[in-house]
This record gives sequence, structure tokens and C-alpha cells, in this order.
Amino acid sequence: MAAPRRERRSPARAGPLPPFEHIVVVHGPTVLRVCRALLGRVDADDAWSETFLSALRAYPDLAPGTNLEAWLVTIAHRKAIDVHRAHRRNPIPTDTLPDRAATTAPPGDGDGDDELWTRVAALPFMQRAALVYHYVGGLPYTEIAGILGNSAAAARRAAADGRAALRRRYSVDTGSAP
Amino acid sequence: MTTPDPVVPAPPISSGDLAWLRERLILDADSAGLLDVAYRTLDTPVGALLLAATTEGLVRVAYLTDGPDDILADLAERVSPRILEAPHRLDAAATQLDEYFRGRRVTFDLALDLRLTTGFRRDVIAHLPDIEYGHTASYAQVAASAGSPRAVRAVGTACAKNPLPVVVPCHRVVRSDGSIGQYVGGIDAKRILLDLETVA
Repeated sequence: MAAPRRERRSPARAGPLPPFEHIVVVHGPTVLRVCRALLGRVDADDAWSETFLSALRAYPDLAPGTNLEAWLVTIAHRKAIDVHRAHRRNPIPTDTLPDRAATTAPPGDGDGDDELWTRVAALPFMQRAALVYHYVGGLPYTEIAGILGNSAAAARRAAADGRAALRRRYSVDTGSAP
Repeated sequence: MTTPDPVVPAPPISSGDLAWLRERLILDADSAGLLDVAYRTLDTPVGALLLAATTEGLVRVAYLTDGPDDILADLAERVSPRILEAPHRLDAAATQLDEYFRGRRVTFDLALDLRLTTGFRRDVIAHLPDIEYGHTASYAQVAASAGSPRAVRAVGTACAKNPLPVVVPCHRVVRSDGSIGQYVGGIDAKRILLDLETVA
């Protein structure tokens, strides 16, 4: 496949760097949603904090034209992998037993989405990441491929597989299509 | 921008969650030495002011007539883009300005970071606090005290580009004929400041 592995230089920004405050205001909510969808509430807060502190540290040297949202999600992804590995070292089932309860708390507030996020958390990590970066983060698959280190086609496939698995379990458990 | 999807909706977040995370980021950034510029706004009798400080001291006071975007963009370019709205670092400046506008303070006791002004302008800025509260000096007098008696116009420019108005009292510089002259915050603001200092 000749799909571009990286497409980091989108025309999202040109010229001098805006104040970092602007980055927090504009991208903070989306990055938090991505972290919540990927990690659950408690780990998400830590991941958000570490992501923005790392971003602040690297910010003055950021290349002109960088897609800021993809850049932030890339940092958040590394934090999420750290959390994911830490959980795997502990004897808690995740990818291997996808039908069991999730290891990470769902991000909902006791509303009807809690079950959904439990199911998202139970997906294999790559599927979960691709799904969340596309549907929650709003990133195109070319950017997601850069973050996951695969091709755009593979990222799209992972998200589609994850979405299909969610839809299937949702239908089985509730007896209705979402 | 996010694609709405019935299977994968975005998880809910509250403004309270983000406010707490922002607070934590400010604390983490400050203790990691990454909060290069902290700023806040302050409502005063001359309008809203933006106050910004580096780790060295107060670096910018600006009239917010056109909103903070241009001022922050200028700070990002000339000082550092590591800028956060972090009011705590400006507590002392805000308190002293508040006291000043209530007529209870005649001098400011604040660390100043003069990096936004250089050369002759910096000499002028450094000498402006010599003009005492309730007094005025002419552009020509300030030029003389800065060591360049003929640089009257340059004094005007230095005042117009004063990065720390109110705190560094460029409003006390008036025309030789006694008329009020120009001011970075507008002539009305200059009159309010001079009246405040006369009454107090």
C-alpha cells in the first residue's frame, strides 16, 4: 500500500506560534474526551495533565504548519500506551478477555453511555485507539496512521473492526440495534 | 469537526473537569519552570488591563481596548509562546494596582522585567518613576534627565511604547505648554490618572 505513513504538516497553522493558552482552550476539551474514551476517567485526567505538560515543554520548538490536534493526540497516545502497559503488567484481563468487565472505568457520568464505554474499554487497544481518534478526536485516518505507526488503510480497518464489534455486542446485549 | 456517530458518541466532560485540569497544569508548569509568561486581566477605572509576568517580574501592562489577542500574540513572539492565564503570579501587581486606583498607594513595589524595551527607550522608561506621584514633567525635561535633551520626540515614542503603563508612570509626562499630550491608553485615561493623583 502506498498510503502515506505520516501527514503531519497539514495547513492547520502557519506563522508564529499562538500563545499556549490558546492551545489549551481550543484543544483541551477534545483531548480530554479522547483520553476518557481511551482510558476511563481517573487515568484520563493524569494522561491529560501529562500530555499538556509535555506539549508545553516542547511547544517553542514545534515545526511550523504542524497539525496541533494530531500533535496533542500523538502525545496523549504515548501516555495511553504507558497506562495500558501498566495495566497489562497487573493481572487484570483486557485484550485477552474482551467480554469481561473493563479494567478502566467508563467515562460516563452514570448516564446511558456507561455501558457503551465499558464495551469500548474492552476492545483490543489498537481498535480502541483508532476508533477514539477518529470518532472522538475527529482526526483523519492519515493522521491516525502516523500516530499508530501503521497505514491509513490499516487504521481505517482497525476503527471499522472496533465499531463493528461494538455494534454487535450492543445488539446482542440489548436485543436491539443502536 | 468530530463525526457524530450513534455507535461511538463523544464521552461527556464538564467545564468543572477542565477547570480543575487547567489549575493542575498551571501548578505543574510553574514548578517545572515552564510557565514563561503568566497573565490575567484586571478591571480598573481606566478600563480592563492585561497584566503579564515572567519569572523575573511584571513584563507587560496593556490596555485591553481591542481584546487580549494581539497583546498575547506579541508576548508569544517577543518573550515566549509558553503563556498561560495564571492569575496567581499577578496577585501582588493586581493588589497594588487596586490600592493605587483607590488612592491608597503612591508608588509600586514590584519586580519589573524590562526586556520589552531597549536602548534609549529603556533609559527613558527607567527614569519615569523619578517623576513623583501627583507631579508631571514635560517631554523635554524627561529627555534632559535621560541625558539627551534634544531627543524630545524619542521620549514621546518611548512613552507611547511603554510596556508597563500605569506602573511605570508615562502618564505623568505632558507637553511643555501644560497641555496633556498623548497617551497609550487614550487621553481620557491619562486625565483620569492625573486627576486621581491630584485629588489623593
